[in-house]
Amino acid sequence: MADIYAYITHKDGVAEDSALELVTAAKKIDAGAPVIAIVTGSGGEINSVADAVAASYSRVLKFDHEALAYPNAEVVRKLLVNILPADAIVLIANDTFGMDLGPGLSIKLDSTFVADVVDIEGVDGNLLKVVRQEYSGMVSTHVTADISSGAVVNLRPGALAPDESQSAAGAVEDRSADVGDLTVKRTFLEVVEAEVGDVDITKSDVLISVGRGIEDEENIEIAQELADAMGAVVSCSRPIVDAKWLEKSRQVGTSGQTVKPKVYMACGISGSFQHMGGIKGAPFIVAINKNVKAPIFQMADVGIEADILEFLPELTEAINKS
Amino acid sequence: MEILVCVKRVPDTAENEIEVNRSGSDIERDDLVYSVNEWDNYAVEEAILIRDKVGGSVTVITVGDDESEEVLRREMAMGADNGLLLCDDAFEGADGKGIATLLKAAVEKGKYDLILTGAQADDGAAQVGGMLAAMLDYPYAALVNKIEVAGDKLKVGREIEGGNQEMNEIQLPCVLSIQTGINEPRYVGIRGIRKVASLEIPQYGAADLGVDAATVVASGAKVKRLDYFVPEMGEGAEMLEGSTEEIIAKLIELLKAKGGLK
Repeated sequence: MADIYAYITHKDGVAEDSALELVTAAKKIDAGAPVIAIVTGSGGEINSVADAVAASYSRVLKFDHEALAYPNAEVVRKLLVNILPADAIVLIANDTFGMDLGPGLSIKLDSTFVADVVDIEGVDGNLLKVVRQEYSGMVSTHVTADISSGAVVNLRPGALAPDESQSAAGAVEDRSADVGDLTVKRTFLEVVEAEVGDVDITKSDVLISVGRGIEDEENIEIAQELADAMGAVVSCSRPIVDAKWLEKSRQVGTSGQTVKPKVYMACGISGSFQHMGGIKGAPFIVAINKNVKAPIFQMADVGIEADILEFLPELTEAINKS
Repeated sequence: MEILVCVKRVPDTAENEIEVNRSGSDIERDDLVYSVNEWDNYAVEEAILIRDKVGGSVTVITVGDDESEEVLRREMAMGADNGLLLCDDAFEGADGKGIATLLKAAVEKGKYDLILTGAQADDGAAQVGGMLAAMLDYPYAALVNKIEVAGDKLKVGREIEGGNQEMNEIQLPCVLSIQTGINEPRYVGIRGIRKVASLEIPQYGAADLGVDAATVVASGAKVKRLDYFVPEMGEGAEMLEGSTEEIIAKLIELLKAKGGLK
């Protein structure tokens, strides 16, 4: 089998959790294969990243170049095409950077793209067998990918357990001289930080979170009344922000806020992985949804099959009476 | 600006419960309500907004059958100028790379400055836009939630983790995948769709596109779906049963125990 490479996403000198999840993925593809980490960046901070992941990877290739100071997917793609063998198996976290990088990389390497993988079952001959999800996680599929001429495999962050064995003790190799031409037609300008809203949902122990099931902007009040009765704060899932019914600062999820409440009431929320990715600290999750097949019921502690527009006002009334 | 928007007809997950059929070969497709992929609607709206500001035209394109023509017509009712249907029995079963190959062939038959796709569709792969850009050797940006035209360049914002936005300058021609929330797609009524009912939508097959069907059909696909299933994910939630009063009483008790109620 071809060598397995993993692109390490990092921030402020620390590798993302996905760095160790990619080790797990590599071992599921080929338990015996050397796994090679690729760390790109500019200046001192990548040394700490490279040193940290060396415990878990057979080799660490370090590319230090000013064009790599910010991970612009166009630049990183060009670098990877310059340095990788055409039949490489490349593992990338399916975060907002990996989604930008992966599909195009597979074309440039003339290899097979395997999108948003949630589990790996193994390799049989030239076929990699993985598990994916479709329709917002409502159904799963087994997928085979022909990896005989290489593959780019994007792995969903958090789907696989991190490999914490630290059993590789790899050496860090400075390959900065090999970067090649990194000219691209897209220039990174800046990161605009999220606006701070009127309420900080990350500080609340109890969140009443609303999703599509709230149906209409004026129904947000139903959730607010329950939140008032409970001394809680109203948060929401992405569609509510897309519809401009609540501010972006109220959105829970990977593209919104990360929250750590004690109790999370998911009201009319289906439970996409992007949404659940924003809930940390294992809160007590109550799911209320009229669709009993919604994925949220797999992840919640307690479920109630009900229309939130009818159920929430009754709950509010009962709490106010008690 | 000549803008091409790639769209897809998909089962509407807001209107349907998606279930696996008895043999696990497919989802249950009887009585499914289809609509345009949600992300694509934002892409078409953004294209129309750009055209209305700087001039040019908007063409919507899809790979599909005759029923997919409805989706093109709906987007034309929103304000797209032209539709283009890539339709051939040979296209059935194409994987993401196959779809991107067909779109590339169509792009090369026209002259477009900007190509938009939705960030993802029903299969959640989020792959066709990035593949198309790489095939055309155009720059690409995924998950775009802001576009400003600045001469022969665009200033684009990408949605990244934590609600932050990554600003980039990108040269035209380019491919962008559009994230929801970038705008508020306009409503299309029955009357709007009637107005565009008689407009001609050209269809291209494999021969018209000059693509070798064998490379895009199912047999050429390197990525194949084996089955559909519903995973068993541990115990799942404890469902509270009974009358509404009983459920509420149990829930209040639980909330008190878990610190949700004082």
